[in-house]
Amino acid sequence: MSQERRLSIGEAIREAIAEEMERDERVFLIGEDIGIPGGFGGAFGVYLGLPERFGHERIIDTPISEKAIAGAAVGAAIMGMRPIPDLQYADFVYECMDEIVNQAAKLRYMSGGKLKVPLVLRLPVGTANRGAQHGQSPESAFIHVPGLKVVCPSDAYHAKGIMKSAIRDDDPVLVFEHKLLYGSKGRESAGGMDLTAHVPVEEYLFPIGKAVVKRPGSSVTIVATHLTLYRCLAAAEELAAEGIECEVIDPISLLPMDMDTIYTSLDKTGRLVIAHEDTFTGGWGAEVAARVAGERLQALRAPILRIAAHDVPLPVAPVLEQAVVPTQARIVQQVRSLVAANVKG
Amino acid sequence: MTSSPMGAIDLGSIEPDDALATYRELCRLRRFEDKVYQLFLKGELPGTVHQYQGQEAVAVGVCQALESGDWITSTHRPHGHAIAKGVSMRAALAELYGKATGCCGGKGGSMHLGDPEVGMVPAIAIVAGGVSIVSGMGLAFKLQRTGQVAACFFGEGATNEGAFHEGVNFAAVQRLPIVYVCENNLYGASTPYHATTLVPEVAERAAAYGIPAVSVDGMNPLAVREATAVARARAAAGDGPTLIEAKTYRFAGHSRGDAKKYRTRDEEEQWKGLDPIDRMITAICARDPQASAALALIDEQVAAEIDDAVEFARSSPDPEVGDAFTDAYAEPFAMPSMAGTSAVAP
Repeated sequence: MSQERRLSIGEAIREAIAEEMERDERVFLIGEDIGIPGGFGGAFGVYLGLPERFGHERIIDTPISEKAIAGAAVGAAIMGMRPIPDLQYADFVYECMDEIVNQAAKLRYMSGGKLKVPLVLRLPVGTANRGAQHGQSPESAFIHVPGLKVVCPSDAYHAKGIMKSAIRDDDPVLVFEHKLLYGSKGRESAGGMDLTAHVPVEEYLFPIGKAVVKRPGSSVTIVATHLTLYRCLAAAEELAAEGIECEVIDPISLLPMDMDTIYTSLDKTGRLVIAHEDTFTGGWGAEVAARVAGERLQALRAPILRIAAHDVPLPVAPVLEQAVVPTQARIVQQVRSLVAANVKG
Repeated sequence: MTSSPMGAIDLGSIEPDDALATYRELCRLRRFEDKVYQLFLKGELPGTVHQYQGQEAVAVGVCQALESGDWITSTHRPHGHAIAKGVSMRAALAELYGKATGCCGGKGGSMHLGDPEVGMVPAIAIVAGGVSIVSGMGLAFKLQRTGQVAACFFGEGATNEGAFHEGVNFAAVQRLPIVYVCENNLYGASTPYHATTLVPEVAERAAAYGIPAVSVDGMNPLAVREATAVARARAAAGDGPTLIEAKTYRFAGHSRGDAKKYRTRDEEEQWKGLDPIDRMITAICARDPQASAALALIDEQVAAEIDDAVEFARSSPDPEVGDAFTDAYAEPFAMPSMAGTSAVAP
């Protein structure tokens, strides 16, 4: 029966947090609007039911003070706790960059290894007609910060497993989750795909730093995350009808990143596409491209293609928004052109 | 300087040994810094230094009032806090030299001096950075029911940072076991406090957060100690944080190479008249005219401790080059920048 259990990402993350809170009394939640009776259970409802189960001493509602939230998480972490701070939207992480970048990421190193900073910062990303300040995908900025780990789960199975690993990790982990993947509302945006996944009742972990192949193929390797991953999978179905077989990889972890899975695929396909909703310039796709160019150039028989949000702030009007972010149509068109424009082989 | 209490230090009912121990601590901080200054000018220390001469009464008074399990956070000017909290002069000086035997293995240096083993977070050199973190330390102590308290040192300049507002407000509403210690030395680098802030007393700001505050003579270790003891007891009882404003003065410049042209020599002389070491000598000798021999012995012992620390730091080995790549993570992972290089992989 457990074989048939399917959960949304939101449900899977809630279950992961509840299991870890049950297992380890050092784990606690801290943030805005997370446990207020009659409230939302966090901006996206992920914490609903947890205050009743674990009490308000472990689910701490705060003022609207991102620096205080992140700072409290860092301070509690170095004193032996395992906090899960919540800022509502990833866009608000810029309010507490000092606490994340200068403190959380560096205290272990500065102390010569005498301190550790085990915290898990959940950061909902992704445009959903929310515009310039509530729709960004800022994950790439944080792979530039040594001392942090950065993960981007895109399905319920891996979200639960990596959330549990993140909570048990002794270093600060930033978990970027796409808002449209929490429940069923994003289904249309994902080309009508089912966004729930099988999640076993039995406990499991999924390690940080490991990618998964979501769809095998021989013509081109596509590395993509979040909603863009689902659009790539839908695009792959469309392209398969034309004889273009896409191998689609979900990297899941951006820092550290599992390059071996990408290289293995690339050795087979010879073509690389990286797709993400974060903006193009300096996005994590650029890092993947640079590593492949430096270490696997011989495997390439076509230029590396990056498909990303164009370099403008996000607009609200649906027609404008879809002109900025990678759509299924853009992915199909650009991958088709890439395969047509072989430079060798 | 009208708001700075002047005059003699009143030893009150403190024991003679206690008075001498306080004098010793003040001297340890002062002479350590004087030696660091010489070593820095000789070019023996890498980086920069922000020195603590003049403010010793604050670190000494606060740390004397803390229990051994309590913690402190510090600032870019941490040498005095470190020595007062119990970092050995050997470990502190070796850290300033960037040696393997330093309290942070050479990775912290002057601005991140500290040692969790004695209850000091490596100093946080972002202004008010400690104020947001100390909330979490207090929260951990509250959740763990350990009875520990955290003292957070910062300058008056930090009270204009957003982190101060967010951190103090959160700690206040959560009634966290924290003692905020503002060392008001009148200048944020070169900028006078009154040029940045219309509220004349930092202590007044506590009213905005609903917490008590006290303004004390920061050139008197006993006054600081007494205020801290009251604040610590309140924190440990679960009644929340207190803001202590210690009015003090740094005799040194902000950092190396500061000619202090933004202050008058008259002002400096007035504050030097409040030198906590001189005032302790006066108070101790007024009570016991025979004490000068004991003070001289302390001076000798402190000088010997410093000589030993210098010898230790100079003769200590540099860190291994490979140490640069440890401690970023609990378990290091392969760095792509090292592919094809001869760098030492973790």
